[in-house]
Amino acid sequence: MAEKKLKPEELVQIELSPPAREWMDPSVNFRKGTWNYAAVPDTLDYLGLPNAGKWSPPDEEWPLPDNWQEIIHNGIKERLEKYRSFKVFMDICVRCGACADKCHFFIGSGDPKNMPVLRAELLRSIYRNDFTMAGKVLGKIAGGRKLSKQIIKEWFYYFFQCTECRRCSVFCPYGIDTAEITMIGRELLSLLGLGIEWVCTPLANCFRTGNHLGIQPHGFKDSLEFAVDELEEITGIRVNAPINKKGAEILFVAPSADYFASPHYYTLLGYLALFHELGLDYTWSSYASEGGNFGLFHSHEMIKRLNSKIYMEARRLGVKWIIGGECGHMWRVLNQYMDTMNGPADFLEVPVSPYTGTKFEHAASTKMIHISEFTADLIKHNKLNLDPRRNDHWVATYHDSCNPARSMGLLEEPRFIIKNVANNFHEMPENTIREQTFCCGSGAGLGTDENMEMRLRGGLPRANAVNYVKDKFGVNVLLCMCAIDKATLPPLLEYWVPGVEVAGVHELVGNALVMKGERPRTTDLRGEPMKGFGDAAGEEAQDV
Amino acid sequence: MRFLVSLVAVLVLMGAAYFGSASSGGQYLFGVIIPYAAIALFIAGVLYRVLGWAKSPVPFRISTTCGQQRSLPWIKNSTLDNPHGTLGVLGRMALEVLFFRSLFRNTKAQIHGRPAFRFVYGADKYLWLGALAFHWSFLLIFIRHYRFFAEPVPGAVLGLQSLDGIMQVWVPSVLITNVLIIGALVYLWGRRLVNPQVRYISLAADHFPLLLLLSVAGTGAYMRYFSKVDLIGIKQLAMGLVSFAPVVPDGLAPLFFTHLFLVCVLFAYFPVSKLMHMGGIFFSPTRNLANNNRAARHINPWNYPVKVHTYEEYEDEFRDVMKAADMPVEKE
Repeated sequence: MAEKKLKPEELVQIELSPPAREWMDPSVNFRKGTWNYAAVPDTLDYLGLPNAGKWSPPDEEWPLPDNWQEIIHNGIKERLEKYRSFKVFMDICVRCGACADKCHFFIGSGDPKNMPVLRAELLRSIYRNDFTMAGKVLGKIAGGRKLSKQIIKEWFYYFFQCTECRRCSVFCPYGIDTAEITMIGRELLSLLGLGIEWVCTPLANCFRTGNHLGIQPHGFKDSLEFAVDELEEITGIRVNAPINKKGAEILFVAPSADYFASPHYYTLLGYLALFHELGLDYTWSSYASEGGNFGLFHSHEMIKRLNSKIYMEARRLGVKWIIGGECGHMWRVLNQYMDTMNGPADFLEVPVSPYTGTKFEHAASTKMIHISEFTADLIKHNKLNLDPRRNDHWVATYHDSCNPARSMGLLEEPRFIIKNVANNFHEMPENTIREQTFCCGSGAGLGTDENMEMRLRGGLPRANAVNYVKDKFGVNVLLCMCAIDKATLPPLLEYWVPGVEVAGVHELVGNALVMKGERPRTTDLRGEPMKGFGDAAGEEAQDV
Repeated sequence: MRFLVSLVAVLVLMGAAYFGSASSGGQYLFGVIIPYAAIALFIAGVLYRVLGWAKSPVPFRISTTCGQQRSLPWIKNSTLDNPHGTLGVLGRMALEVLFFRSLFRNTKAQIHGRPAFRFVYGADKYLWLGALAFHWSFLLIFIRHYRFFAEPVPGAVLGLQSLDGIMQVWVPSVLITNVLIIGALVYLWGRRLVNPQVRYISLAADHFPLLLLLSVAGTGAYMRYFSKVDLIGIKQLAMGLVSFAPVVPDGLAPLFFTHLFLVCVLFAYFPVSKLMHMGGIFFSPTRNLANNNRAARHINPWNYPVKVHTYEEYEDEFRDVMKAADMPVEKE
């Protein structure tokens, strides 16, 4: 993308029929726009990760350690012994092809190695060759390939062209989960020192400062105070945003982009308004100032190393339970890994809403609930004064983020909230939402500028569904509950579906929330005029 | 190329049994020794594979959720697609194993109307239908064959057989499962040849089992409807095998030995092949676990301590700026 700007009508010339070249040929063309920069050695060294080197993916020779083959072989062996998922998924694929056209990268690029089945075969062929009898005896006929440096490059290219979104796993008759295979594939690459900058730098940042962006405690405080000022300007109410407050009832953890990026920022304003209006006894933490976890895009060990902060901080601050903000992969970690890795959280209490008395039994062990569960419960019990007309300038649709949809099943809570805070809501076609939702195309650490062509391709199925509801219902905002979505969907939509904005669910909650003592509102949290709330003359002008 | 290798392999196997069983020594080999060996390989092989899977632990509960989670009491939980407890998991697994529920979701992505493109994901049930027809027919045929191994033949098996032949065409009457299994196998193999995506991903190990099954079903059907083999003799051989007192009666047709040998190859090949998906599906962690991670802690047997960055280390590095920003600190 850097030199030549591809036009949408060029990019969409996609050929879904495979080429003549057999997939077993591992050669890869590192075309500009389709790969991510390599991790810088400093970050790997800081994290104590092995074999850091200076290199770039298009380089002919990659700086592999001398015993790289042994490292990979032993790495596979170890993981076969540790993960039943990996072992079973290596063995039972029948290549029925049901997954083939379920991957957004395949649909958007037509590259056959982006069919989930072949992405897995890239690793499976080595497994067969090294670990199965059929592969040892029959070699290529049994689908085995001998490990080569070229195959390492191929792995790097394609395991960093998977967003671990799990859509293929929904359709697989055996539940084979490519995310699991990609995660193991990336772990193997990281044993050789091969990672990407946009994953490893946030890891190092998060380890040191508590958040991916590397914001230090005072900067964190500044950001929140800035948001408090901004909210006061809009509502006339000065809210409190306590940080590192010992003895608070609740610890609140959100993805760091919420307090540092746009349009995430308006969701932050929504949180702050909501918590103030409730009078919630809560605290932010600068040490655990990241809900997201890029460890998920690197290795199981890194997930655990970063995630540990949340419980450690909850213990230090002496809170009773935890609420988590709007984020996708964060919730995969919190729902499927946190308790196993860093629990038990027996020093916390089962979450109980102070306003409705609802006991969140489904979080009885982790003691951590999603903010949309918290808010949906409040709305259901009529605890919020909401005026959905304040969102009448929006015609909304909702994008289920991959992880909350397919690794959790958080489907109805956000919809319930949206329907209560906005009057105009339309679903995208059914094969593109809920458990069948399409990824933004930039998750799992792939949301970089240098990877823009692949992102636009991967995000095309999502954008295309947005385009459908834009044409049909005049949708002008895509709601979502994921920090990566909020960062990467705006450029995606600008390219494919100009005129549709991206917003968080709690941004719309913040718009609709009528706060006690607020000044008459004419603008939403973005400072944009709201339909029907301006003076009459201004209103006429806006309606054009 | 990959399908040619498989086709040749199956033809060679058929030829070997057809001509190899001509002598009496050959008949003993194909009628007794190979069947016993095949069954032994099957049992040992399947056990080895299944125990191998069982030996690897399940460190994380990573169910793929395909419906609403159980959270708030007034939101309906999708019990079968996002099970919260054992009962839901059993239901989900039963639907997967018996009716291939996930495959039933299959869609086909198509691009309409270039350049003003639009993607359409239409339902595509053919693969599901073909797979279901094949697996169920195979199971029923397998059960029907029990009549060769028991005297008297259990009523249920006889009932199944007469139900299967309810169409009453041809003599002996055509069995529905015969038609279905051959039709399904031809479809399943045909799509591997015709559908460009599926052809691209198919290995020899995908063509071979289909052709092997087709040859098993084909020889079986041919014997039933056309060549009319000596059923009494075959039953004598089968009963001898199961009672571990094998005898090979005279006059069994080479086609029968071919059929039997192909079945033996199928049994022996089963544990070293993708056919193990039959056992594997029960071990798939994305399907056989409840999504109740937040309610009940899952234990990872190899959970090990990792290097973390403690609050103390964090405060040590940032104490000055924190104090300057009026943020609370543990140590002054």
